[in-house]
Amino acid sequence: MIHQYDVIVIGGGIAGLYTALTTAQNNCRVAVISKVHVTRSHSVAAQGGIAASIGNEEEDHWEWHMYDTIKGSDYLADQDAVEALTKEAPNAIYTLEHLGVPFSRNQQGKIEQRRFGGHTKNYGQAPIKRACYVSDRTGRAIMDTLYDQCLQYDVTFYNEVFIQNLLFSFNHCCGAAGYDVATTTPHVFHSRVVVIATGGGGRIYKTTSNGFASTGDGFALALDALLPLEDMEFVQFHPTGIYGLGILVSEAARAEGGVLRNGLGERFMERYAPVLKDLAPRDIVSRAILKEISDGKGIEGKDFVHLDLRGIDKEQLNRKLPEISSFIRTYLGIDPSDSPIPVAPTCHYMMGGIPTDLQGHVLTDIVGSVLPGLYAVGECACVSVHGANRLGCNSLIDLVVFGRFAGMNIIREIKSKVLQPLPLQAESIVEAKINRLLESSGSECVPVLRESMQRVMTEQCSVFRSGQTLENALGEIRQLEKRCLNVGLTNKSCIFNYELQEMLELTNMLKVAEVIVFSALKRTESRGAHFRSDFPERNDEEWLKHTFVSESPMGLKESFKPVAISKFAPEMRRY
Amino acid sequence: MKVVFKIYRFNPKIDLEPHFDVFNVEVEPTDRILDCLNKIRWTMDSSLSFRMSCAHGICGSDGLTINGQAALACQKLVKDFDYSQEIVVEPLRYFDVVKDLIVDLEPFFKRIKSINAQRIPTALIVGDAEKERVQNLEERSEFDDALKCILCGCCYSACPVITEQDSDFVGPAAILRAHRYIFDSRTTDVTERLAVMQKPHGIWGCKSYYMCTVVCPKKIKVTQAILRTKKKIILEQQPKSE
Repeated sequence: MIHQYDVIVIGGGIAGLYTALTTAQNNCRVAVISKVHVTRSHSVAAQGGIAASIGNEEEDHWEWHMYDTIKGSDYLADQDAVEALTKEAPNAIYTLEHLGVPFSRNQQGKIEQRRFGGHTKNYGQAPIKRACYVSDRTGRAIMDTLYDQCLQYDVTFYNEVFIQNLLFSFNHCCGAAGYDVATTTPHVFHSRVVVIATGGGGRIYKTTSNGFASTGDGFALALDALLPLEDMEFVQFHPTGIYGLGILVSEAARAEGGVLRNGLGERFMERYAPVLKDLAPRDIVSRAILKEISDGKGIEGKDFVHLDLRGIDKEQLNRKLPEISSFIRTYLGIDPSDSPIPVAPTCHYMMGGIPTDLQGHVLTDIVGSVLPGLYAVGECACVSVHGANRLGCNSLIDLVVFGRFAGMNIIREIKSKVLQPLPLQAESIVEAKINRLLESSGSECVPVLRESMQRVMTEQCSVFRSGQTLENALGEIRQLEKRCLNVGLTNKSCIFNYELQEMLELTNMLKVAEVIVFSALKRTESRGAHFRSDFPERNDEEWLKHTFVSESPMGLKESFKPVAISKFAPEMRRY
Repeated sequence: MKVVFKIYRFNPKIDLEPHFDVFNVEVEPTDRILDCLNKIRWTMDSSLSFRMSCAHGICGSDGLTINGQAALACQKLVKDFDYSQEIVVEPLRYFDVVKDLIVDLEPFFKRIKSINAQRIPTALIVGDAEKERVQNLEERSEFDDALKCILCGCCYSACPVITEQDSDFVGPAAILRAHRYIFDSRTTDVTERLAVMQKPHGIWGCKSYYMCTVVCPKKIKVTQAILRTKKKIILEQQPKSE
């Protein structure tokens, strides 16, 4: 089946919906294509808030936000991009409010703000209230509002359609092809503009806060099109995932007064970050937790610590963190106002991604060549505003600011864009790929291979890595990719065949995992979320640069792009 | 420990009638029902189909009928049921079954669309307006409960009106969505929204069975929200006295 649109957006999270809404408001014919049903994308799981220096609680300036973001990124973020983000952030919040987002309010009836990790006043002096929020359902509330608005502007939703490849014509992106999960029929989307908004890939790891759909599909689409991925070695582990489950307990819990305690009952973050303590950036807190655990100071010597919310007033807890309190009661059978929560770091966010410029154009190389017709927004993109470590609440603001920038730029450019001819066989390529898998009869099975990948990545390439573990991981991931060729699907059905879907997702995840490990191996320093025990120091002289990795006939190849530095020269990072 | 799961199966390509398959699964009392379903699919029967996404009760993908009651598979643990007996998992009721535990949610989302959100003029969005509109805490609390809705569809599965009396009834979640906007002090088209609620198969179909409130996985007081909306309609219709 062939569909024609002005704009197609692959992925229905907040960034994708924002780009869709912005273009649809300006009379573009827009389709959002997602492998999950709309409103089920993982943006809905964002809890704590969205950062902007609107200063409703105390004095704030975008320059302070800019500084915090750059320092948080361990100076790898591009400063022109961070400036654009933090300058636009207040306007983005007001725009969301005008669209109907039901922000929590303060006594004056203005948008309420709270503290969040790494956000400070006056260039690092003390924590600041910069996170706007909707109790602890911020992502859900923004998503619901954008969905309602998209319906108003006649955005078409293709639910449960899994895109397999981008389509090109004369070096111009002209659409994408995939299949309908419900029927396994191929669908070809022919468009003037393609936007990749597929989110992250936390499912590459064993323990993650990400939903089942976060399998790095957009990264794989780019790699398959021989496009580079930028800074993929920087994978964020959120410090407070529920032990064993990985479900996120937002930093908002610490912002509202929660503290981390080790097995001795010590508030250990005081030793690691004397000023910000429990509200230090995530890379620092995650390493601190694992250090405590490896020193034998986990709870009862085990591999978790406690997040203690008992100091928070019960009424506040129910008002400001209702969702979290509720699922802790469900999953752990404890009341967070009576008992501390067992937590450990959980894979949360990919700082790296498909390189883009400020308008969302996908870049094909380190000098900034643009691929006509192709855009990327959200977690799958790398502008780069998060550098080596993202601050909490900077993700949602990234989605709405750059989601809209991309949309506005598409409106400007689309007038000059004609529909390029579709490549021949766009439909049959997808069909052949699916049929080959449905007919496969090898001895390997998907869940076993996936578990092996998650184990390798968790043991060898997570918060701490070294040349040794990364070499091992690279070998093992490549081995798993080979074993994938010998997979045999037992489910031959064409109706909601999730074995087929999970096989395609596994192929995508392995490709991305290989790039993560490869990039991490190249970077012989420690910066932000990338900590090499064999190179424990940051090395600005050699490594103040972005990693670009792409596929080539000889395998993966790397190149490097200098960091854009304007206002803030790299300094020692202390909190 | 082993727990017996009795699971509704239907493949329209093969089956004339739905049937149940029984699986004896090694699980822990603290496992989510979703974990059990995944264990079945990953180790026992790869052809089992069900939806999932976030796995912690915020995306709304895995609404199912578990031991006769609508619930989210990721929010219910094995120990929430008498697991010495079999645990019966079926698709959400009312909706058409597409395969196994998967239902066609199109009628549900069509209703969500039908209640009509306010179209925001483009000019406002590109930043002409200054800052945020003021909304005091009392105004904000008027619709806070409704914001918890995750569009899982469990309330439709439980509603006696839609399942037994009027299959075109707009239904609890759509009224709740309308309520969310009607009671938001920032909404400027309340009258139009109330009018939409009064269309045929609209809000007056609700007979306050409270089943939506009973099953709601997010513990939303759905019936109360519907009643408040009805009351608002009646009050708006009364002539305004000086």
